[in-house]
Amino acid sequence: MGATAAVPVLEISDLCVSYGKVEALHHAGLRVGQGQIVTVIGPNGAGKTTMLSAIMGLLPRSRGRICFQGVDLDGAEVEDMVAHGVNLVPESRALFGEMSVEDNLLLGAFSRHRSGLRDQAQTMEEVFRVFPRLKERRSQHAGTLSGGERQMLALARALMAKPKLLMLDEPSLGLAPLIVRDIFRVIGALKATGVSILLVEQNARAALQVADYAYVLETGEIALEGPSRELIDDPKVVESYLGLGGKR
Amino acid sequence: MSPRILLPVFVLSLLLAPQLVSEFHVTLLNYIGLYSIVAIGLVLLTGVGGLMSFGQAAFVGLGGYATAYLTTATSLPVWIASLGGSPWLGLLAGVVLTAAVALLLGLLTLRLSGHYLPLGTIAWSISLYFLFGNLEFLGGHTGISGIPALSMFGLPMKDARNFYYLIWVVVLLAAWLTINLLDSREGRAIRALKGGVVMAEAMGVDTARSKVVIFLIAALFGCVSGWLYAHLQRFVNPTPFSLNMSIEYLFMAVLGGAAHVWGAVLGAGVITVLKQWLQDWLPRLLGASGNFEMIVFGVLMIFVLQRARDGLWPILCRLVPQRAIARSVPVADVLPRKSLPEAGEVLLEARHVVKRFGGLVANNNMNLNVKAGEIMALIGPNGAGKSTMFNCVSGVDRATEGEVLFRGRPVTELDSREIAKLGMSRTFQHVRLLPTMTVLENAAIGAHLRGSRGVLPAMLHLERAEENRLLAEAARQVERVGLKSSMFEAAGSLALGQQRTLEIARALCADPCLLLLDEPAAGLRYMEKQALAELLRKLRGEGMGILLVEHDMDFVMGLADRVVVMEFGEKIAEGLPEGVQRNPAVIEAYLGGVD
Amino acid sequence: MDLQIALLLGQDGITNGAIYALLSLALVLVFAVTRVIFIPQGEFVAFGALTLASFQAGKVPGTLWLLIGAGIAVAVVDLRAVLGRSRQRRRIFSILGWNLVYPVVLAILIHLAKPGELPLAAQVILALALVVPLGPMTYRLAFQPLAEASVLVLLIVAVGVHFALVGLGLLFFGAEGSRTPAFSDGSLTLGSLTVGAQTLWVLGSSLTLIVVLAFFFERTIYGKALRATAMNRTGARLMGISTVMAGKLSFLLASLIGAFSGVLIAPITTVYYDTGFLIGLKGFVGAIVGALSSYPLAALGALLVGLLEAFSSFWASAFKEVIVFTLIIPVLVWLSLTTHQVEEEE
Repeated sequence: MGATAAVPVLEISDLCVSYGKVEALHHAGLRVGQGQIVTVIGPNGAGKTTMLSAIMGLLPRSRGRICFQGVDLDGAEVEDMVAHGVNLVPESRALFGEMSVEDNLLLGAFSRHRSGLRDQAQTMEEVFRVFPRLKERRSQHAGTLSGGERQMLALARALMAKPKLLMLDEPSLGLAPLIVRDIFRVIGALKATGVSILLVEQNARAALQVADYAYVLETGEIALEGPSRELIDDPKVVESYLGLGGKR
Repeated sequence: MSPRILLPVFVLSLLLAPQLVSEFHVTLLNYIGLYSIVAIGLVLLTGVGGLMSFGQAAFVGLGGYATAYLTTATSLPVWIASLGGSPWLGLLAGVVLTAAVALLLGLLTLRLSGHYLPLGTIAWSISLYFLFGNLEFLGGHTGISGIPALSMFGLPMKDARNFYYLIWVVVLLAAWLTINLLDSREGRAIRALKGGVVMAEAMGVDTARSKVVIFLIAALFGCVSGWLYAHLQRFVNPTPFSLNMSIEYLFMAVLGGAAHVWGAVLGAGVITVLKQWLQDWLPRLLGASGNFEMIVFGVLMIFVLQRARDGLWPILCRLVPQRAIARSVPVADVLPRKSLPEAGEVLLEARHVVKRFGGLVANNNMNLNVKAGEIMALIGPNGAGKSTMFNCVSGVDRATEGEVLFRGRPVTELDSREIAKLGMSRTFQHVRLLPTMTVLENAAIGAHLRGSRGVLPAMLHLERAEENRLLAEAARQVERVGLKSSMFEAAGSLALGQQRTLEIARALCADPCLLLLDEPAAGLRYMEKQALAELLRKLRGEGMGILLVEHDMDFVMGLADRVVVMEFGEKIAEGLPEGVQRNPAVIEAYLGGVD
Repeated sequence: MDLQIALLLGQDGITNGAIYALLSLALVLVFAVTRVIFIPQGEFVAFGALTLASFQAGKVPGTLWLLIGAGIAVAVVDLRAVLGRSRQRRRIFSILGWNLVYPVVLAILIHLAKPGELPLAAQVILALALVVPLGPMTYRLAFQPLAEASVLVLLIVAVGVHFALVGLGLLFFGAEGSRTPAFSDGSLTLGSLTVGAQTLWVLGSSLTLIVVLAFFFERTIYGKALRATAMNRTGARLMGISTVMAGKLSFLLASLIGAFSGVLIAPITTVYYDTGFLIGLKGFVGAIVGALSSYPLAALGALLVGLLEAFSSFWASAFKEVIVFTLIIPVLVWLSLTTHQVEEEE
């Protein structure tokens, strides 16, 4: 059951989120193992973004437990999560449009700004090695970047914090296929650096190809879970996306 | 005590009060009344409309000074002087002057974001204060004295007890007019200003006009209060019309409960009595003289907004058992309907629509059309640009390039309000209801364009016949979408799926020939989806055209006549549902892939 | 009017304009970061000036009691928030330190040092040390619990704070105005123009402060964090920049700018407990010229306000304020013609 292979970095159970009277997430639970990529896929409106926002503390959780590296983080707010090494790249990217690429990256390291300038310059060089395009544009305003570059910057900015767990919300959203491929290549490569990743995606095939383990979220509930390579051919996944179920 | 008799008891005690209490307390009650009139205006403006003014005391001053000047001046032009310095002339002049200033200020600031009105009125307030204090003919800082007493029905109102009745009649009148206004077609438009501007515009409401209207009414209430004040005091000087007084008026409205007309009276009472009491006690306590009640008021305001943002009135209401109102839907004639176009007529046509946000292309060269009597579905993965397209054709947003035709007319440049008039009605992906209003009232906003009576008839409730027809129509549509049992519940208490259905009822109230639905089935249960599909089929049968954005493929496939699929802002497929579903490009778009 | 008078008025206008410019920068900053329209800005000006005047008169300023009282209140609310959460024990020391120990140490210092006999520079530093912490404390007590409220609610709270602080100003300093001696005597003669030493102090210090602020926002991580919060609140939180920290920091800067402006103008005009409000509002007129978002435009607008005020005091001295505040009408016309229909708030 679950991500048994490794010690869980993140373990959530019984997570519920409501908007007013409407419950958008019902009793969701999942585990992310050390160094794993775990994906949550599902059709639009299934509650994927809600789930990430709730874990991060952006949304109030009506119930549920959140355990990070064995520490209970139930009431934690966004800043606490960042301080513990959890970073979220939201669907909107949330870049600082009127600031340079470099300043965006420096702010990415805000939680470690006491570590000193040299350390940060070094981290930035590492990040630039992964995203050479950003180095070329380091003094350009983030608002002038193309869609693909923005997503790269959002990812790079999160990496500046040296996260232990990286949560990505729809990194492929609105991007052309070639760029999606680039982004997923980077996500796959990140695994080698030891960071654990929780990936929320609508682009199910791409997500399943890069992930170790997957959950399928449908109308606020975990409908299906399993190792990615098993789910990739599961007809139920296709159904939940294309609505073929009602036809039979 | 039953809540039903509270109002009569209140009025009765108002009637008796001057006979029972001392002269001093009558004077206090007079002031509470004068302040209440201003605060009631602020309830309309701030509590209901979400706008804020620091200029109310200045409007009071305009009313006061206008009559003070006209009734005392000795060197007036002959044609005015012949009116014999009548207070009524003073009132008229004050009203005209106030209306002109309020209109100017409103037109200048109300198109800008919300915080420019308060800042603009602060400046106006200070300017007027210094103007009063420095104009020779207004007596400078000493002011104008010797204002004649009012006389009504041949009875001069020289003492506080006589004046008391006049003031409180005006208070009750102001409250009655305001309550009437809020319970009307115009009132619903006003109540939509706070958090529902985009929706109201899409239903054909001219929100800019509504804002100016409430600013004007609030200013005029101030002016009338000032007129009364001048003739009560028989003397005016700039001090009571300063910015600080404007702020105190605001505090009265907020403390009482900014969204409740009676809260204004309560707030005016509490602040006035408290001020009296604090002005007695604080200087003794602190051993110095000065307006130390300011400290208490300031801290009180912070506390109220942190702990009880809706003010005292709702708290008091909770102490009284809730009245079980037997609310019913009025019986009325059916509203006339527009004739629907012939089946097959092209209703909506988008040609080469391009929408860019900065460098981002959200829609690229999109073409689509919707005919009368068909359901057309627009589908595609998240972020494909469907909602943007929706906003472009409905006038909520404007296309960067390309053309949109509605019933053969170019509408690309029109606002959503004007497009709504032509017979297009829509729902929103992120539900835009007014959560505290009832289901019926929310639906009735959709019928805004089917009524025509304005603000004045609404304040006097002379538009009841039309109002009943509108409500009856709204009730019919609510019933039609299956929400009859929740007719009088607050819209915010419905489940999300029901809220979406209510959006459809609201759109239907507009009597559209084209219905634009943004994800209507999201959050609905299976049975509810079936019922919704049935409703849409019926509307199609009547000849309505329907454009549907949807993610629920089951729902779309069983329902739509034609489907357009979008990805990356472009059309990737179009055709019959079955064909589209087997299209490899569509499957790719939905499931994605990296190979 | 001859050239001599014009130069004199211009000098006056620029001096006042520099102060308004500082205040308008603070207003734009506070609004951008916290969405608070900071009406009480002017009270910090008055507190700064009057606290300094108290020291010079050898009195203990009432603002000391306010600092102690506010410190106790902040300590109580902060401790209540922290004690419920086990992981934040470490913060208790900083809460107690800043809110209880600091005011008490300051009180002892003032008691021992006899500020009336200290050199001016030390008095200025003491006055700032006393008034500036009131900024973040105000944020903590009045605004932090309402961080998610609408601009409208925050504005009413700001007005409430303004009322309370003006009333306290009256209580602490009385209705009498005060004026402090100039920082230095003498004057500078440039051709036919004589520039007073205090004018030079005002211009020099304002310029220095603006340069320091520019450096802070462009070059330091905390300055960038504030700008980031103004641009994208959620984005900033996701970087670990807490909204509370950003709010307190922007209020700290605003109270620093306010109190410092007060110290600068105290030798030029007589400052009363309620003088600050009008001064602050003139900063607002400047900020509105900058549409509450552009720092350079706000500063330019504020300079314009200063000049307009100086010249109208010559032409129509009784209507000086009327003319200055009517300036926003053409600005609003221009804004409403260039701004597109606003989207919904909240």
